[in-house]
Amino acid sequence: MSESFTKGMARNIYYGGSVFFLLIFLALTFHTTKEMPQRDHRENLTESVARGKALWEDNNCIGCHTLLGEGAYFAPELGNVYTRRGGEAGFKQFFSGWLKSQPLNIPGRRQMPNFHLNDQEINDLAEFLKWTSEMNVNNWPPNIEG
Amino acid sequence: MSTLKFQSQAVAKPYFAFALILFVGQILFGLIMGLQYVVGDFLAGAIPFNVARMVHTNLLIVWLLFGFMGSAYYLVPEEADTELYSPKLAIILFWVFAAAGTATILGYLLVPYSTLAEFTFNELWPTMGREFLEQPTITKIGIVVVALGFLFNLGMTILKGRKTAINMVLMTGLIGLAVFFLFAFYNPENLALDKYFWWFVVHLWVEGVWELIMGAILAYVLIKVTGVDREVIEKWLYVIIAMALISGILGTGHHFYWLATPEYWQWVGSVFSAIEPLPFFAMVLYAFNMVNRRRREHPNKAATLWALGTSVMAFLGAGVWGFLHTLAPVNYYTHGSQITAAHGHMAFYGAYAMIVMTIISYAMPKLRGIGEANSNKSQVCEMWGFWLMTVAMVFITLFLTGAGILQVWLQRLPESGEALSFMATQDKLAIFYWMREVSGVIFLLGLLAYIASFFIGGKTAEKVS
Repeated sequence: MSESFTKGMARNIYYGGSVFFLLIFLALTFHTTKEMPQRDHRENLTESVARGKALWEDNNCIGCHTLLGEGAYFAPELGNVYTRRGGEAGFKQFFSGWLKSQPLNIPGRRQMPNFHLNDQEINDLAEFLKWTSEMNVNNWPPNIEG
Repeated sequence: MSTLKFQSQAVAKPYFAFALILFVGQILFGLIMGLQYVVGDFLAGAIPFNVARMVHTNLLIVWLLFGFMGSAYYLVPEEADTELYSPKLAIILFWVFAAAGTATILGYLLVPYSTLAEFTFNELWPTMGREFLEQPTITKIGIVVVALGFLFNLGMTILKGRKTAINMVLMTGLIGLAVFFLFAFYNPENLALDKYFWWFVVHLWVEGVWELIMGAILAYVLIKVTGVDREVIEKWLYVIIAMALISGILGTGHHFYWLATPEYWQWVGSVFSAIEPLPFFAMVLYAFNMVNRRRREHPNKAATLWALGTSVMAFLGAGVWGFLHTLAPVNYYTHGSQITAAHGHMAFYGAYAMIVMTIISYAMPKLRGIGEANSNKSQVCEMWGFWLMTVAMVFITLFLTGAGILQVWLQRLPESGEALSFMATQDKLAIFYWMREVSGVIFLLGLLAYIASFFIGGKTAEKVS
């Protein structure tokens, strides 16, 4: 680098540039949080959905599954599991049966633990997954398999 | 300890030693998980996958934090040209952090996660159960307390001493680390908001403020091992981290593509993350350039190797593998696939694990009173460790990338109804997972060689001095 470009100038680009882009980021964040209610449909966020999210967290489901593509890659994506496994017609029944039959104990297969949730809790968790599946996430994932 | 310029630099030693112990733990749990990928029921009752994963990633975060703290305690007094403000506080915080970290990991391993959540009153202030932020709320509070004490100690040291560019960059990085961690305490009931602000910790750490820490440590070691003029190195440092932040802050957008956020993030995220590899590329040029211009042959060849290696591997892992799937139209298919895992492994190793090993390699001989460098025999062993770990990580990344491409091909590209299910796809990827596991074992051997180097020839070198 030439002598005309001094350390002082480089420092000013660092501090000035960072602050400038941080401010843009904050402005975009402000705008995004204003827009999100139309996309996350928070009007449907019931107490049951909130309890479901707490159950999701308390049992560390993200340690195996992905949710909207984030989490561990060991077990299926659950952001769209509501639509994949029956939707309005059959999801809750499938989900309850699935949770209660864990672990499947098939030799060599990945095992899901049994979390011993009661029917109310299973319903809350299902409501949380249903709510999650109804968010507008720009059509991700590409297909039903997640 | 006569080889230290300032006696208080010695507090770095327990930090480095504990970091490496946790690193070994991290790799062991990585191997358990790798095996569970192909032998699904391996240890399923004793260490379920989610527990192994939590331990693997939490140990990574914690050992790197120990490494960063050790690095700061080592280099700040020398840069500031004064003793550390309070070595005693540094040691107390070491024990607090080590005890809290160990207790947390034991908690993960010994009781079901929901029991741990209950014990720690998670329902009063829910912060647990989110990827990488699984720590109980009390642990999170402990981290904040340790961070504040640490920043206070360093801040007071710098205030009474010399304010070099390296010190200032390191401090802004560490303050950013503490500030962004505060978002770990925000966990709204709304999943979309939760995820949006979760990235304020996760992305703005690893693609933001941690890069400042990395840059500062690299600059420090380069000054020491090359003897190149500080002015030149510091100017480069500012340019590189300016690029890192300018690209990295709006680059956060590449996590907002599929998240109930406006579509403009697909443009913002794509454009700025396309710039993100540049600072890493500049770092490669910078490291090699400085070593080529060196004014002295530093006896610690291993430290120079680590410094060059971290620049290259950070560029490949964070830069190239990040860019591979960061554009929105590509990410649409690769998001949350094994491609992400491939990128994550090489980026964390190249940028952060290696920079911590760089400064440990440089500082440990001095901290142990051996002198500027370990014996030749010890350095050869260390360099074996470097190459085994680095080459193994290249292969881990390649195998996971292969798995990811096949996963996208089978599970993501076909229309609904024709695509394979997640579990059916996983069966098809087994060969890649097996090869990844073998590479992981080689990585462990490399790590053991690296650690063994600390026990080789130490005595003879001490006798000589």
